[in-house]
Amino acid sequence: MSGGALLSIRDLRVWFRVYEGVAAAVDGVDLEVGRGETLGLVGESGCGKSVTAMSILRLLPSPPAQIQGIVQFQGVNLLKLTAEEIRKIRGGSISMIFQEPMTSLNPLLTIGEQISEAIVLHQGLDRQEAWQRAVDMLSRVQIPSPEARAREYPHKLSGGMRQRAMIAMALSCHPQLLLADEPTTALDVTIQAQIMDLMQKLREEMQASILLITHNLGLIAEMAKRVVVMYAGKVVEEAPVEDLFREPLHPYTQGLLGSVPVIGRKFQQGRKQLQEIPGIVPSIFQMPRGCRFHPRCPRVMDICGREEPPMVWVGDTRRVLCWLWH
Amino acid sequence: MFQYTIRRLISTIPVLIGISLLLFVMLRALPGDPALVLAGQMASPEDIELIRVQLGLDQPIHVQYAKFMSRLAVLDLGRSARTQNPVMEEIWARLPNTFLLATTAITLACLLGIPAGIVAAVKPYTRVDYLVTSFSLFGISMPVFWLGLMLVVVFSVTLQWLPAGGIGTWKHVVLPTVTLASFVVAFIARMTRSSMMEVLSQDYITTARSKGLMEKVVIVKHALRNALIPIITVVGLQFGSLLGGAVLTETVFAWPGMGRLIVDSILARDYPMIQGSILIFGLLYILVNLIVDLIYAYVDPRIHYD
Amino acid sequence: MAFPSSKEELRKEKMQDSDRQPNGTKGASESQFRKGLAKLLRNRMAVFGGILILGYLVTALLAPVLYPGNPSAPNLMRSLERPSLEHPLGTDELGRSILGRVIYGSRVSLMISIGVVCVGLLVGVPLGLVSGYYGGKVDFILQRITDMLLAFPGFLLALALVAILGVGINNTVISIGISMVPIYIRLVRGCVLSVREQVYVEAARAVGTRDLKILKRHILPNVMVPIIVQTSLGMGTAILFAAGLGFLGIGVQPPTPEWGAMLGSGRGYIFNSPHVATFPGIAIFLAVLGFNLLGDGLRDALDPRSKI
Repeated sequence: MSGGALLSIRDLRVWFRVYEGVAAAVDGVDLEVGRGETLGLVGESGCGKSVTAMSILRLLPSPPAQIQGIVQFQGVNLLKLTAEEIRKIRGGSISMIFQEPMTSLNPLLTIGEQISEAIVLHQGLDRQEAWQRAVDMLSRVQIPSPEARAREYPHKLSGGMRQRAMIAMALSCHPQLLLADEPTTALDVTIQAQIMDLMQKLREEMQASILLITHNLGLIAEMAKRVVVMYAGKVVEEAPVEDLFREPLHPYTQGLLGSVPVIGRKFQQGRKQLQEIPGIVPSIFQMPRGCRFHPRCPRVMDICGREEPPMVWVGDTRRVLCWLWH
Repeated sequence: MFQYTIRRLISTIPVLIGISLLLFVMLRALPGDPALVLAGQMASPEDIELIRVQLGLDQPIHVQYAKFMSRLAVLDLGRSARTQNPVMEEIWARLPNTFLLATTAITLACLLGIPAGIVAAVKPYTRVDYLVTSFSLFGISMPVFWLGLMLVVVFSVTLQWLPAGGIGTWKHVVLPTVTLASFVVAFIARMTRSSMMEVLSQDYITTARSKGLMEKVVIVKHALRNALIPIITVVGLQFGSLLGGAVLTETVFAWPGMGRLIVDSILARDYPMIQGSILIFGLLYILVNLIVDLIYAYVDPRIHYD
Repeated sequence: MAFPSSKEELRKEKMQDSDRQPNGTKGASESQFRKGLAKLLRNRMAVFGGILILGYLVTALLAPVLYPGNPSAPNLMRSLERPSLEHPLGTDELGRSILGRVIYGSRVSLMISIGVVCVGLLVGVPLGLVSGYYGGKVDFILQRITDMLLAFPGFLLALALVAILGVGINNTVISIGISMVPIYIRLVRGCVLSVREQVYVEAARAVGTRDLKILKRHILPNVMVPIIVQTSLGMGTAILFAAGLGFLGIGVQPPTPEWGAMLGSGRGYIFNSPHVATFPGIAIFLAVLGFNLLGDGLRDALDPRSKI
């Protein structure tokens, strides 16, 4: 599927050298984002999904972080660009929104100022025009009284409004790819739905692609066209969204989906407790031998503890990292 | 903003009253008879009694306090027991000198310390950082008066470039300023470094970078602006404390300032002077604190005026 | 080589969530101490500071061994001699060996700084605990008094107290100690306030745990860390302040050898005999440097939220 892909990540490895050892946060990840599509990237906290996204724009401070691999975008490997070249991409062709709207905006600059900054930089407009553009974006993200809001400081806005402002900021220069790192996790549930609808609408309007990173499966079901599941720094499964939910192939994905509480399920299957995946995520310094999930896997086999499983394609559109499908 | 100013001004009054009360009580509680001290060794009992009446020491304590406060209100702090001059006059003669020293020292300290701290924070754990950190540690560990003496040995005794003390020309200002600034530079550099590092680890810095801004812009427009806020407070407080705390430096260089005045009057048991100078110093310090608070409120939009 | 800043990167991956909570039980804080100790020993500057302090302690404790003889006995025949083999640091204006006085001076300043820190801890910590935990009127009054004390720079406060109490070594300790009390009160109170809001304290109260037990078991371990850091830095400050008072002549009185006082009396001779004032100052510098390095190292090692 590499022909028409907008972003293509191949064998991405990110590690940190710390006193206690070498921490490999991302260990050989492949994924692709097509044009105009939303790719969901799912996994527990600490599985490497945020690090993956930050590596695309090279936002990880480089002395502690070492990055290797290929991040192909518009025919260029982003990892090999100079500092100046990657700066042109940031906020221009690829932009990012973050989890915590409370802390992701500079408290000393007005909203309008922070949005105009990017516009002045990437679109070469002067300050007046950029400000006007910023106000336009604020109304597009459905913030009431955008002219007044633009002149305010972040602390005056609620969490939901701040996240809208961040979206306005990220989309102000019409990027082709938006990296959304847990965009709704820090928000109230009711606001979450609004923000997701907004993102969908804007994506369609702007013909952009979204890499949606989250641990919230409900969000994935609503928004994503395809899903990539990560565990302990590796991709363990990829599938179109309906297929994944209907028939998860990897035991980890099965566990994830099984652990979502569903109203009425107790009576359907006679279960009294919430289902969970036994065990805990392995420490980054002590990864299990063989398949990283095998100590927690209900369908573990002998070979799982000895050798790492290969990535297996199941049909044209699905792949899974598991000995069960070999 | 205006209301905030007024409210802050009003809140300083209880502190001032508290300090004056404290001073009043403390000095009345001191061992020794103020009248005796004022009169001197050779005075006769009648003279001492006269002075006692003059000072109002024969009145009940609350009357004394009332008189004290009323005189305070018009800044009549009495007369120095040593020189017989009005306390305010002595203070007024010295204050500009201390002010000069404090101002030049703070300016020098900021010009050197803030950039040093910024560079150290932006390139942590490199040679530059270790240099800045080490120098700062040395600076805050060094006894100020010893540094002053060593500078005198080198520059006045050996090289004979600069005078060893006193006041008069710009040459007299150099050594005291450098000495005084040494501690402050170190302190400010450390604070700047830690404040910048704190800010640079914040999420909004990542956001700024993700917009493709140049690193220089990120550091100056986004990071520095936020980091400077606590630094302003520190600089202000340091300035305030230099106004009276330059005691040791002033002693080393025989600089006629507030600090020396306080010490000399303590050594001479000149109670009116001690009282007056500490009071004035307290007033100034509170004033400086107030100004710092106001600047803070002006610069940081998050401060709520209630 | 260690890259401590990359711990922040790991934090972004939320790997060490459990490490970042304040300690709920004593067990957690013990292993944190051990981890902190290991981290401290890795910090070269802190270790250097520790060595300086060790040297200082050894000098103070073994003073009579290192310099047999009376350091305060005048010998006017030999006054103001340059450093020589017999007197490696020279002699002062009364002919006394500066080396001997510096060595014995370490005893004096050690006693003073320990005394000062004791005053600060014994008065400041309980007051801070009470003020922070119980709040209300007690807290209000204590805070107003602390405000007034903190309205003056530390040295000036100590100076003013000496004015009231008089000169001499005991009054020096009391004055500097009192000037340090408000710092401890603020420190402890701040810590107590933040710990008090934690859910596990609320839980302990809901179960009916007595106040004293809560203070001892939950709050104290968390307060320990800033207290330890402040104490190390405070020892250094105490040495500086005592030396300052000595320099002005209102601290430790002659003939007791005190570094600051030695500087003060040596000041008159800097034109011809600068060595009298030089060496005591170096001693002060090294001792204070040691405490500052150690204090900084302790802060980095023990504070899980330290970003330096």
